Amino acid sequence: MPLKIVPDNTNIGFVRLRYVAFALTLLLTLGSIGLLATRGLNLGVDFVGGLTMEVAFPAAPPLDRLRGEVRSLNVGDVALQEFGGPKNILIRLPLPPGDQAAVQRVVAKVQADLKSKYGNVSFRRTESVSGKVSQELIRKGALAVLLSMAAVALFTWFRFEWHFGVSTVVALVHDVTVTLGFFALTQLEFDLNVVAAILTIIGYSLNDKVVIDDRIRENLRKYRQMDIGPIIDLSVNETLPRTVMTSLAMIVALTCMLVLGPGVIFGFTAAMLLGIVVGTYSSIFVSSSLLITLGVKPRAEAVVKKAGPPAGAERIRR
Amino acid sequence: MLGFPRWKVWTILATLVVGVLLAVPNFVPEPTLKQVPSFVPRSTLNLGLDLRGGSYIMLEAATSDIAKQKLDSLEEIARTELTDADGGGVRFRDLGILGNAVSLTVTDPTQLDRAVETLRKVTRPVGNLTGQRDVDVAVVDGNRVTLTPTDAGITAATNSAMEQAVEVIRRRIDELGTREPTIVRQGDNRIVVQVPGLQDPSALKALLGKTAKLEFKLVDTEADPAAVAAGTQPPGDQILQYSDRPGAVAVKRRALITGDQLVDSQVGQDQNGAPAVTFRFDATGGRRFAKATQENVGKPFAIILDNKVISDPRINEPILGGSGIISGSYTTETANQLAILLRSGKLPVELKVVEERTVGPDLGADSIRAGSLAAGAAVVAVALLMIVTYGRFGVYSVVALVLNMFLIIGVMSVLGATLTLPGIAGLVLTIGAAVDANVLINERIREEARKGRGVVASVEVGFRDATRTIWDANSLNIIVAIIMFLFGSGPIKGFAVVLSIGIATSVFTAVTVVRLMVSRWLARARPKALVI
Repeated sequence: MPLKIVPDNTNIGFVRLRYVAFALTLLLTLGSIGLLATRGLNLGVDFVGGLTMEVAFPAAPPLDRLRGEVRSLNVGDVALQEFGGPKNILIRLPLPPGDQAAVQRVVAKVQADLKSKYGNVSFRRTESVSGKVSQELIRKGALAVLLSMAAVALFTWFRFEWHFGVSTVVALVHDVTVTLGFFALTQLEFDLNVVAAILTIIGYSLNDKVVIDDRIRENLRKYRQMDIGPIIDLSVNETLPRTVMTSLAMIVALTCMLVLGPGVIFGFTAAMLLGIVVGTYSSIFVSSSLLITLGVKPRAEAVVKKAGPPAGAERIRR
Repeated sequence: MLGFPRWKVWTILATLVVGVLLAVPNFVPEPTLKQVPSFVPRSTLNLGLDLRGGSYIMLEAATSDIAKQKLDSLEEIARTELTDADGGGVRFRDLGILGNAVSLTVTDPTQLDRAVETLRKVTRPVGNLTGQRDVDVAVVDGNRVTLTPTDAGITAATNSAMEQAVEVIRRRIDELGTREPTIVRQGDNRIVVQVPGLQDPSALKALLGKTAKLEFKLVDTEADPAAVAAGTQPPGDQILQYSDRPGAVAVKRRALITGDQLVDSQVGQDQNGAPAVTFRFDATGGRRFAKATQENVGKPFAIILDNKVISDPRINEPILGGSGIISGSYTTETANQLAILLRSGKLPVELKVVEERTVGPDLGADSIRAGSLAAGAAVVAVALLMIVTYGRFGVYSVVALVLNMFLIIGVMSVLGATLTLPGIAGLVLTIGAAVDANVLINERIREEARKGRGVVASVEVGFRDATRTIWDANSLNIIVAIIMFLFGSGPIKGFAVVLSIGIATSVFTAVTVVRLMVSRWLARARPKALVI
């Protein structure tokens, strides 16, 4: 007999727990906003402009000494960060005033200095982004996130009802905010890759919610006499094995990426992993229960059905 | 639902075979690939710079520079056209740039109409609107004429400057001998240069950052040295700095000749055997150069590159052969660089690097290794989970999953799409989407079986009900992927490409292909009970 991750015929009262869930959600969201306001995001050069060099040293360098050495080169405010291991250091510098030649000089200066002091260092990656371009990248990133949300809201509204659109978007805003809060908390670098991750979280979390919404709609049609609460509980329980199984598969896949994958996408994978967990939580506990608060009626679907031509009518007419 | 007409089976099989075949070249070593005949599909995935190492450089031209250049050339055109106007020159004064227009006053009011007519003739139609021209010629305050470039005129000038810049950059990079550079214009005033496999981009940037505008101008020997040192420009002159030493010199504003007519430039040696740069003009350029030198024997002239004086030798005798030599403090390397720049022509506008990303080859290799390892591990882990949970149905979805990977790689190879690091992450996510489809189907079948339906009925209802949900969910995902592609930049785009292809192929493999496999099994084994 194959393994069953979630036992058959669960009957958990998710709806009953909704006020606890709402409170927790509110707490998480507000906490994240608080973190964002106080600690802020550790924005990468993609978004603030500047110069980044990823340098691999033969042995782990003492960060304090390294910082002092780079600072003494007079190249501006230096920030160091371990990247995927103690031997791999990310050096962040502000863009020097002037043209590209100035950037080139700074890079050459730092490279020469490190080579002379540490011997066999390898310069794995150099990125420089001007302030103007970084502004655009912020704008484009934010635009992509907002438009995705808007598209989601419209789609769920047309495909289902406005209640579903609202509940889905509320849950998505929560997912995105908590992920941002996580980045504020850990101070992991927030770059363009992470924005891609957030868009993915939106897509994934949405998947979860659409599956449950689909089932709620189906059950609304099937059991017209039932109250909305039990219908939601039934639907969430019926889809629970799927929700858990898919999330588990994603978590397994992402954990592989996180542990084995290249350092460059660590932030990306971490964001996705967290987003999946948060998204699964909000699908099960928040978005469906929110439908009750928003006032979805079992009758609503039935009325819509009756307004249209009876099934098969078209075929007779032909 | 479970019955498949013969043609459908063949279509599905054919699609799979073609998809897998298209992916195969990616797993064949390059030398072998070169030997296969060309009718066999040979295209492979493009690896992004983050995976293979290389440089990404975004250059930007200041639109204001282009507008200013347009005004400068307009001023020059007005001067020559009016002086050489048909039926005698038009006399004018106060020619100059005033704000965003060139302005001049016609001395003799009776010549005003002729002046306007002459100037209108040099304007060109631009844009889609009929009658729209690149410059507005207007008469203000009685006998003052203004030439104002229109917005459409500036757009047209920007377009042509950018197109020309792309060409010049291509020539310069080709000279470096790097392989497969991509040079594309982006937006109105940007150019993106991507050179894979380049370890040290400084040589490349040295080539891109220079305008390479070569001019020969007469030195104004009558200019007061004190005034020059103080920076006051004598009328008709401009003061230029030396490139290799402090100090400045006053030269005539009007160029004897420019580098536009150069046909060749090479590294040579000057009379002392030091590296120098030789150049040769085309026939017309050679004649003009000969005439100019003939007329000015004994006077010093300045060789000017990008508004810096390289040297100011005296013209000892007319230079008739149309060729010459530039000597200065050059090393063989810098001389070679200058020769390349002169050969490939000047950039029509100055370009600034606004974004630069360089990935060293070892990092790229590490990323590929770690990325494939992680993706492989993810597939294995998810496969185990599926098989343990769903038994036979799990095996089917794993087969579909593997086929799916091949299809994605195949489709991307044919489309010439680029696989980046976020793209690999997109692959992982696609595994998720594919698995999700199968999970939905299998859970639905379980449910139906629990309700006591027969084997065939459970499978049939399971597929039917799950398919609707799968479509709902995936159409939404496609919408999000398209938005990412349209509005995202860089890594987000790479991710969106993989995601959209992946969504399409996963619905096909996870739903259609799995259904085919299940229906074959049901028909062959006729199982009495479902173990799922």
